[in-house]
Amino acid sequence: MRILIEGGRVIDPANKVDAVLDLWIEDGRIAALGPQPPVRNAPPPDRVLDARGKVVCPGFVDLHVHLREPGREDKETIATGTRAAARGGFTSVCCMPNTNPVNDNQSVTEFILDRARKEGAVNVFPVGAITKGQQGEELAEIGELVRAGCLAISDDGKPVMNAEIMRRALEYAGMFSIPVIQHAEDLHMTGKGVMHEGLVSTDLGLGGIPAASEAVIVARDILLAELTGSHLHVAHVSTAEAIRLIREAKAKGLHVTCEVTPHHFAVTDEAVRSFSTNAKMSPPLRSSRHVEAIKAGLTDGTIDAIATDHAPHTVQEKEQEFDYAPNGIIGLETAFGLTMTVLVEGEVLTLNQAIARLTSEPARIFNLPKGTLSVGADADVTILDPTREWVVDVRKFASKSRNSPFHGWKLRGEVLATIVGGKVVWELEG
Amino acid sequence: MGTGVKRKDLLGTRDLSAEEIGLILDTATSMKEIASRDIKKVPTLRGKTIINLFYEPSTRTRTSFEIAGKWMSADVINISTSSSSVVKGETLKDTGLTLQAMHPDVVVIRHAAAGAPQILAGLLKASVINAGDGAHEHPTQALLDLFTIREKRGTLAGLKVAIVGDILHSRVARSNIFAMQKMGMQVRVCGPATMLPRYMDRLGVEVFHRIEPAIADVDIIMMLRIQLERQGGGLFPTLREYSKLFGLNLARGGRRALLPDPEPGGKRRGGPHGRAVPAGRRASGGQLTQSEVRRSRSEVWDLGHWTSDIGRSFHENPDRRRAGD
Repeated sequence: MRILIEGGRVIDPANKVDAVLDLWIEDGRIAALGPQPPVRNAPPPDRVLDARGKVVCPGFVDLHVHLREPGREDKETIATGTRAAARGGFTSVCCMPNTNPVNDNQSVTEFILDRARKEGAVNVFPVGAITKGQQGEELAEIGELVRAGCLAISDDGKPVMNAEIMRRALEYAGMFSIPVIQHAEDLHMTGKGVMHEGLVSTDLGLGGIPAASEAVIVARDILLAELTGSHLHVAHVSTAEAIRLIREAKAKGLHVTCEVTPHHFAVTDEAVRSFSTNAKMSPPLRSSRHVEAIKAGLTDGTIDAIATDHAPHTVQEKEQEFDYAPNGIIGLETAFGLTMTVLVEGEVLTLNQAIARLTSEPARIFNLPKGTLSVGADADVTILDPTREWVVDVRKFASKSRNSPFHGWKLRGEVLATIVGGKVVWELEG
Repeated sequence: MGTGVKRKDLLGTRDLSAEEIGLILDTATSMKEIASRDIKKVPTLRGKTIINLFYEPSTRTRTSFEIAGKWMSADVINISTSSSSVVKGETLKDTGLTLQAMHPDVVVIRHAAAGAPQILAGLLKASVINAGDGAHEHPTQALLDLFTIREKRGTLAGLKVAIVGDILHSRVARSNIFAMQKMGMQVRVCGPATMLPRYMDRLGVEVFHRIEPAIADVDIIMMLRIQLERQGGGLFPTLREYSKLFGLNLARGGRRALLPDPEPGGKRRGGPHGRAVPAGRRASGGQLTQSEVRRSRSEVWDLGHWTSDIGRSFHENPDRRRAGD
């Protein structure tokens, strides 16, 4: 199968490419970039995609999704979650281990990878658990998880509260050169909190989660990263204080990285005023001071990657009292539109920087052979229209779930086509 | 509700206007007289159906709504969730849709979760009245408090009030703060730093951590009960210490605060300086008693919702403490 993507503006941050070029795909790999076919007298392409006036870039890499399979296939499956990814321009997703059973042993990892091979629309990279059953007490079989295909470990959804366990996890993971991803939250400080502690929580009488609940764990873990020399990755960073700590850690040369979700830079805790449970997530939506700090962290490079924390829940679960509804929203199909609308239009990032935070940067920090259009690389390619306007309609989502606070939002920047391993897995109609 | 109040629901005082509050208080003034009649019945709500949907135990609030509805000739149905389909796992939305099919005119809801009345209001054609949701709002209690204060003092604008105690967990405090500010009252809050939400000052109230200056020159003192049932613990060391630091007694705040206003302005505003404090406090630690209050020639208004005696409630069965606030 030969595909020619013709006349697009090719942006490949990993290779510092930004030029109007043709992109040739052959046998699932990038065959050539330029006006000529890869070899003289090559047969004509099987498919030509007209990308004139569009942007052609590496497929997006999401470091943080919940595919819910095995265990909660009523919310999402590997099949539907990866289709949502494809629709959002993502060609690789890292799925968190809080499934049922927990991905804390190789047989669960093997199951996920087997399902992904058979039914997945995009590449799936499983994240194993740090501790058995995500209980925070005993290390999971991290070596076997890595051997089975896990690229990182995390107890996501739950923090590792015990500093001693976290220290040992970092030490142990260091042997395999994989990142330890921390969901940074002091559960004692969070208590019964359900939203950001601030003026809005004071008004609404909802339990507050202070910003310090995140930052105290980030501070502790940075010390442990310094102690062990291992790679700490802070998931969905949401507070000014945590970003400041990570900036300082990076300046000291520690191996600390982090990601931010689109909802944490696009929405504030004011969204909770309606008591909409689509404004409930962990970490919670923060106040504008923190949103500004997130943007500053993106601009100066403290924040390495944009990741969705795609967290599907059924309508029934979300249609509850705010206190009782589960945390999380889906994000794969709105991530690029929000990135363009809020960050690029808002002059927080250039288009090239924004694409880097969705492609080359997440791939680099997790050591994934992805996020690049180098000749010979897997042909994971996304075609974008960075200025096209569209209105978010959750009914059209490929995800099984509908829990998005962005329904009805008008966004600029739309994904036109997604190619995984040389195969077109999604194309926008019309 | 008066004819000038156009809103469908009463969810909180935060979104009421001063005009609406004034109109509700005026209406209540004319309705109050019914309670003293031999035949307590007016036709105001004849043919209307009111459902009292109580997800939390309540004696006073539920009975008050029931009696009010009956005096006004409405058909009143009480649903307590312990004997309804809620125990079978029915969600609030399910319950709301079930009730909607019965065409009620008003649904009164009491719920442990903040925002539950908003959910119901979005589902129902009926008017929804919030009878207390979590630590969010309890608008009818605040309206009643304002009614009592206005009745005793003749006015609301310009009065200074100190709300003392567990502000963090109090829906009554929130509703009172919003309503009092709308009516031109100056509000102070006083309590341990652990029981005052941060950012309280941004609500436009003055924050105190010592009771003496907080009550020094105020017209009204409101004492909130400690909501042990809502706390995770650790917000104050012991009730003894709390009582020493924040209890209202004559030795400290009492004498000064409860003595009649020496200035003539006090009389002009209608008699001695009354303070709303819990009636019948008999706890240890020098708490106020009825006789002490009488001796001080001040008034104690039982606003009805601070019935728990701090000392007693600490030792009570926690389930029994859940009723009312």
